[in-house]
Amino acid sequence: MGGRSLKPHYDAIVIGCGMAGLAAGIRMAMFDRTVLVVESHNAPGGLNSFYALEGRKYDVGLHAVTNYVPPGAKGTPLIKLLRQLRLRREDLDLCPQRGSRVAFPGVDLHFDNGFASLGESVASAFPEEIDGFRALRAHVAACDPFDASAPVLSAREVMGRFLRSPLLTDMLLCPVLYYGSARENDIDFDQFVILWRSLFEEGFARPHEGVRVIIRALLKRFREVGGERKMKCGVRRLHSEGARVTAVELEDGTTVTADAVLSTAGALETEALCAAPDPAARSPAPESGRRLSFVETITVLDAPPADLGAEETIIFFNDSERFHYERPEALVDPRSGVICFPNNYDYGDRSLDEGFFRVTALADYDRWAALGSDAYRAEKEAWYPRLQESALRFVPGLGMDTVRAHTRAIDMFTPCTVKRFTRHIEGAVYGSPRKHRDGTTRFDNLFLAGTDQGFLGITGAMLSGISMANRHVLSRG
Amino acid sequence: MTKEECKQVVLEIIEEIAPDEDLEGLSHDVRLRDQLDLDSMDFLDIVMELRKKHGIEVPEEDYPKLASLDSCAEYLTPKFNAVKAGA
Repeated sequence: MGGRSLKPHYDAIVIGCGMAGLAAGIRMAMFDRTVLVVESHNAPGGLNSFYALEGRKYDVGLHAVTNYVPPGAKGTPLIKLLRQLRLRREDLDLCPQRGSRVAFPGVDLHFDNGFASLGESVASAFPEEIDGFRALRAHVAACDPFDASAPVLSAREVMGRFLRSPLLTDMLLCPVLYYGSARENDIDFDQFVILWRSLFEEGFARPHEGVRVIIRALLKRFREVGGERKMKCGVRRLHSEGARVTAVELEDGTTVTADAVLSTAGALETEALCAAPDPAARSPAPESGRRLSFVETITVLDAPPADLGAEETIIFFNDSERFHYERPEALVDPRSGVICFPNNYDYGDRSLDEGFFRVTALADYDRWAALGSDAYRAEKEAWYPRLQESALRFVPGLGMDTVRAHTRAIDMFTPCTVKRFTRHIEGAVYGSPRKHRDGTTRFDNLFLAGTDQGFLGITGAMLSGISMANRHVLSRG
Repeated sequence: MTKEECKQVVLEIIEEIAPDEDLEGLSHDVRLRDQLDLDSMDFLDIVMELRKKHGIEVPEEDYPKLASLDSCAEYLTPKFNAVKAGA
């Protein structure tokens, strides 16, 4: 940065300055490796970034930091993450949620940080299922999702051993899939376990100033340990000889070498950068299932949502008999989605300057990408109220007229926006349906971290970077 | 370096890695894992901090020798003294 010239050689080069890339970079630089993080976008954060529009600050991606545990908790992912990066809890300013809900036709499940309220909610809405639900919870608690040798199972199949009600199964899956599944209508069971713990056993939090607080903390730490960063300059090619990546050619023409390369770009995205393409990786069906992306509407309100009648933090909604988590045959599928009121975290004596109301729903990348710029704008304008209206059916205290009367500004992002921030193929928020849990590739010194490695959420992304750096670079002496 | 001083160095590293742990009143002959919430990631960090701060190499097959404070002192004190003598 700042015109400082790059070294010709680094111990490690990290592709991508998102949560996983920064965490990996910090770990390696902490132990005296020379590290360069390269990023094609001008802003750090990747999928969880931020931007300013007309003087207002917006977050991309982040509804909630999952894995929240209160001070004093032991051994959970958040605690491991803080230890590994030598961050203090205060650095992340995590403020807990006020309460969330899964809303399906005629049934609600309420949940909060820690498990108690979800358990009570299931017991009261599904009394005949409570024993199965408790057994499922015990089964999840006993699983080791980080055992890379375990077979990949379907979460629906495993849940089916414990629950008889398809409705309860769908309701429990709704938040889990929306917050981390790259697969349609299901999720790998090991990832289900990670998400179940991070959402239900642990919980949601948010820094008062949003995701930028976390990115800032990571950047500061990365600087302190001597890491280098090159922004707005992606990787053009990875050169290789035999089973080794020998050089990284950047988009500005610079070539640097490294002992190890950690890529957070995605598995196929990384393969596409390799100068000698692997014929096997180019076969027509390298992954099973279609990639999933989302739209999100963001509405800035002139009052806190709680004053207008919306007191919950996150609401996962679905209006249909079954929950369809799949790539829609339309620009957007408004039948289900996620509502987030970022004001409704417990910020103590602080509050946000304005009210925010966000709605996320499944969307089809191909249909958005095929639109000309006028049609793209027109479709955004048409879908913005449709999606809002669909979501507000599940917020009884807040009507469309009230929202309209209090709206100060709006914005909306589409799968094309996600593609621009992350360069993920088809704007796939959670990457490829196929995960690479051990992070290895066909090259001995090229490793994957981040979304396609398979730990999820912000905490998961950082832990992915940490564990891949530990395993493939630091443990090798 | 004495064994007591060696234990102090190990405790300082643990304090840095796991500032949320209470290190008062640890039994020196009981496994650290049984008294503190330390996992394999934390033990990797103890090894790497020993290398970074003190130039001491602990090969992976010797990790079990870091189990308790007593065994740490037993195993690491000669290594500390060898590094000192070599410097």
